[in-house]
Amino acid sequence: MEPVAGQRISVEVNGERQERDVEVRRLLVHFLRDDLDLTGTHVGCDTGNCGACTVIVDGMAVKSCMMLAVQADGSSVQTIEGLAPDDELHALQQAFSSFHALQCGYCTPGMLMSAKHLLDHNPEPTEGEIRRAIQGNICRCTGYVNIVEAISAAAKGEVK
Amino acid sequence: MSETTAAPDKPITVEEQEVAPGFIGVNVPRKEDRRLVQGEGVFVDDVKRHGMAYVHFVRSPYAHAAITRIDVSRALELDGVYGTLIGEEVAAETDPFFQIAPPPGGDLKDYALAVGRVRHVGEPVVAVAAATRELARDAADLVEVDYEPLETVLDPEKAADPGTALLHDEVPRNTIWHGNFDYGDYDAALAEADKVVRIKRLHFHRFSSTPLETSGAVVEYNRGTGQWTIHSNNQFPGFAIIMMGPALKVGMDKLRFVSQDIGGGFGNKICTHVQLVAMCLLARKLNRAVNWTEWRTDQHTANSHGNERVFLDVEVPVKADGTLLGFKTRMIDDCGAYTRYEPLGCIIWAQVTPGCYRWRHVRVDFTQVCTNKSPCGPNRGYSRMQHLWFTERIIDIVARELELDPVEIRKRNYIRADEMPYETPNGCVYDSGDYARCLDEALKLVGYESIEEKRRDAESRGKLLGFGIGSTLDSGTNNFGQSTLVNPELQFSGNNEVATVKLDIFGEIVVTLGTTPQGQSHETTAAQVVADILHVSPGDVTVRAGHDSYWNSHAGFSGTYASQFAVTGLGAVKGATDKLAGEIKQIGAAVLGADSTDEVELEGGFVRRKDNPEAALPFMACGAIVNANNAVLPLELREITLNCRYVYVPPHQLPDKERKYGNLTLTYANQIHACVVEVDPETGVYEIVDYGAVDDCGTRINPQIVEGQVQGAAAQSIGAATHETFLYDEDGNLLTPNFYDYHVPHALDMPPLRTASIESPSPFTPLGAKGMGEGGGAGLSAVASALQDALRGSGKPIVSDSSNPYHRVWELLRNPEQSRELVEVENR
Repeated sequence: MEPVAGQRISVEVNGERQERDVEVRRLLVHFLRDDLDLTGTHVGCDTGNCGACTVIVDGMAVKSCMMLAVQADGSSVQTIEGLAPDDELHALQQAFSSFHALQCGYCTPGMLMSAKHLLDHNPEPTEGEIRRAIQGNICRCTGYVNIVEAISAAAKGEVK
Repeated sequence: MSETTAAPDKPITVEEQEVAPGFIGVNVPRKEDRRLVQGEGVFVDDVKRHGMAYVHFVRSPYAHAAITRIDVSRALELDGVYGTLIGEEVAAETDPFFQIAPPPGGDLKDYALAVGRVRHVGEPVVAVAAATRELARDAADLVEVDYEPLETVLDPEKAADPGTALLHDEVPRNTIWHGNFDYGDYDAALAEADKVVRIKRLHFHRFSSTPLETSGAVVEYNRGTGQWTIHSNNQFPGFAIIMMGPALKVGMDKLRFVSQDIGGGFGNKICTHVQLVAMCLLARKLNRAVNWTEWRTDQHTANSHGNERVFLDVEVPVKADGTLLGFKTRMIDDCGAYTRYEPLGCIIWAQVTPGCYRWRHVRVDFTQVCTNKSPCGPNRGYSRMQHLWFTERIIDIVARELELDPVEIRKRNYIRADEMPYETPNGCVYDSGDYARCLDEALKLVGYESIEEKRRDAESRGKLLGFGIGSTLDSGTNNFGQSTLVNPELQFSGNNEVATVKLDIFGEIVVTLGTTPQGQSHETTAAQVVADILHVSPGDVTVRAGHDSYWNSHAGFSGTYASQFAVTGLGAVKGATDKLAGEIKQIGAAVLGADSTDEVELEGGFVRRKDNPEAALPFMACGAIVNANNAVLPLELREITLNCRYVYVPPHQLPDKERKYGNLTLTYANQIHACVVEVDPETGVYEIVDYGAVDDCGTRINPQIVEGQVQGAAAQSIGAATHETFLYDEDGNLLTPNFYDYHVPHALDMPPLRTASIESPSPFTPLGAKGMGEGGGAGLSAVASALQDALRGSGKPIVSDSSNPYHRVWELLRNPEQSRELVEVENR
């Protein structure tokens, strides 16, 4: 099959407007990683199971390997690089470090974006709600114990 | 700078400081975290080069077939395709990979791409390089390969049968390795036994830890120097270089291995040397950087699986009081289509021959066969996990048949704390530990004292409650001399790891490691050790992220694998830092007018006189003097560099090849897990309702990091016990090639997980620490044990498989007699 011609898209990414010509089949995750060099969003599977590529599109947590870049045309996208301004840490980022909620760190950006989406919509989640919110994010290192604790502590403002 | 460096007769004065607290044993926050939570880590696919090509492999759709034709012309016609690589080119330009096995198993030919024949589904046949990932995939679809299917070999128990098709013409009966192990006096033990328990067959299944980051590389070739730079997530560059240098016919200096952050490894990223050679050839052929990022499906289909193993004709002599004397069995290990780290697994299990038990008489007939499945390789708990699961199954099956309490039979047979260091029947020396105490702790974690009450409560809800134990060891700091027990001609032994520590011109303390961490927090724990020795804080210590074989912190066995960093890596860090501390004291003593280094000490970033702490020289001044103002130094001190390199070499000895005897690792961390399940007797669906994991890895450098490893290892073994399995159909197609079909634990799958620890410091290691990352696979044993217990009132089925998804439990409930046929008890 011959590659299909591209399309110009305009996406706001972490507060900045980005205009690019992309192949219509280009995945949003590859647009972010390869075209915009935002490599904090990771790819861990090719089937939409692992959640390492989770970003927030117009307020919704989205697996960016399950969305075409052209589908994000006109949208506002937040990636891990935009979670906190400048070099500051978001409460969730600080909590992940304090509670040792990451080891290799590969799932972490996607996990943080799913957690951010949860707290944006449910500031006081129960443990069950936290586990449900990150059900689409696979971590192979931690067994999730400390991730759940970190999200809970961030929600309660109990992070040093 | 001039003030501090040029004033030896006017020492800097500082305020008296409190004694620096020790950082070993403290939960120091991780140095790695900041970049990782910000998405600023650098993983292999984050590395980009100008004009870089993306590589896609054309892979075999057949489990076993002859390749009759390859035509890449249509792919090459596509705009943006840079080139291809096929097996014929690989065979012309490289030698087959060095084989660890002796002939005839070691006669097989393994290349970077299939040459003339494919031996498993997913085997790379052609590599295609193009301008984008998508284009490379398009082009791969245009490559034409013709195959003539051959008979497939999938059942390891039949692979060696006469008349079975051969995978490798050079390897008779598909047998990679065979050997007998005979320790103690098994025949005498059998004669002494009051009862003999016989188990026809136990089966340990095939799975993998499936790191979330798949394998990959960005490889560059420098035509001027003939050198490759290999940015990769290979976790054992020392081994990769040993494999790749001879294949590519170059010395190791031509293979520069670089990595920063690695997204999980678990052993599965040791054997990527095969694909890396293909990348090297392509980078040279195309004269451009090439990126290979493995797809998830490819990782499952054709990367490194954990070995499947069967235990046949198991015989266990037992005394009337429940003392087990040993065991006899015939093991068949399935290593898949090629031997990349194998047949080392044929000896590595022997690191833990008697498991946690005082069994003195062991007879094992071990065969490793190849089959038309993905090649196997190290997987967290490599080869010991299979064996330890086997020992735990023996204990629980014997306990069930002889109606002994599973706790009591363990305590009766565990090696005791007062017997440490304990020499096992095959000469391994368990360094320290208190297994019974760990078991007591594990029982507390799951509320064992009220287990019968919980059982009744579950019954009142129509559920069957089961309690189980998993007792494992995580043997670490390999003695590579064990390789000579599978091939006496090999010239490998001992182990080593390197670190450098320097004090530089602005007073910065910089550490380089020879390791390739994948989440094990080496930057943090190394800084803790350095801080303690130099009496500074971990924040004052820079540990370079990642690994670069050009840093002079690379040794033959460099890498991160086999539970050893706390011993080899930190041993190297300690050695280098001790040297640096001595050099700083030499400079300090000279500058401060002390007669010897005994008269000075390090404190708070200064070297100072003990008799006059106000006479102190800051580290910055030491660094500046040596590096930029060394004419002030007496001549005899000018050899000091403040840049110290240390190679830690453990005190290993050559094992006895004839007897297959000797200490195969330096440390033996212990894990005791306890598990409580509730089974629905109608459906076989079960839930783990309580889970406790106790770990004893000697001195813990950073308890929070240790606990993280314990939780992760427990999760992986629970996943493997319940759902994760690489299943093949009758044609050799993998049925679980992605995270849909291969179900790893998600957040809602995990049981409540409680942890505890005790510390039995190792008498044999620099810090009393033991390697501990692998966790021994105790969860596999604990879940099997708990399920067997839960089903005891349902016809007493025997759990004989390590893979226990719901449907298998349902089968045990429906047909317990079938499993019971596996076991016989002979009363003497």
